[in-house]
Amino acid sequence: MADPMRIRAQSSGDKATVRVLMSHEMESGQRKDASGKTVPAWFIQEVTAKHNGKDVFSAEWGPAVSKNPFLQFAVKGAKAGDKIAVTWKDNKGDTRTDEATVS
Amino acid sequence: MQNRRETLKQSAVVAGLLATAGFPQFAYAAFNKAAFDAKSVQDSAKAAGATSIAESKDVTITGPDIAENGAVVPLGASTALPGVKHLMIMVEKNPSSLVAMFHVTDAVEANFSTRAKMGQSSDVYAVAIMNDGKALWAKKEVKVTLGGCGG
Repeated sequence: MADPMRIRAQSSGDKATVRVLMSHEMESGQRKDASGKTVPAWFIQEVTAKHNGKDVFSAEWGPAVSKNPFLQFAVKGAKAGDKIAVTWKDNKGDTRTDEATVS
Repeated sequence: MQNRRETLKQSAVVAGLLATAGFPQFAYAAFNKAAFDAKSVQDSAKAAGATSIAESKDVTITGPDIAENGAVVPLGASTALPGVKHLMIMVEKNPSSLVAMFHVTDAVEANFSTRAKMGQSSDVYAVAIMNDGKALWAKKEVKVTLGGCGG
């Protein structure tokens, strides 16, 4: 199981800015190891976010997203105390969900 | 100042990128593997049918002018236009140009940032796919001092 994500959700006005730092290798599938073999791609494919249990955001990523990816988006109508849950799924089927409270 | 010819040419590049990315009619399927597997900017003629592609000042791409480390290039895409369906970030000269595709819903703002890997200096594009099938784009050149794709 991968390391937890760091999620920070801050409300400003009628929206909340969510910043997520995920812990993932994001191997591009382009690199070669010392023996010249290609390192297989391993990256986060899908990212979804829920606001108080309701789907609000989804994204599809390719291997060109950086290692330990950063993501920022803004949820409309989220206020302090609301829950923001972020889920990612990688191309090996591994998945992780973490939740944060809007401050 | 950009003349019309250049603008058209760049529109064709985006059209090619979109065609490569598996959006010939801007169709969308659940994880579009073909979109991310696409390797190169195809012959722009392939996308001749995509007449509704246009540069737009309402779409914004944010990024550094010079990226010292190509492995971590902060890129953002945003638009203030209503009726946006998807927002995409593309790096033209990467092995696969599509970096990320964000699905815009009523509950989130069409403003996303992330960090991308770039193999070399290249134009980066923000492409907004509207609900009516139009594609609007904006581009920015990012110079990379040290590439982040090979190793």
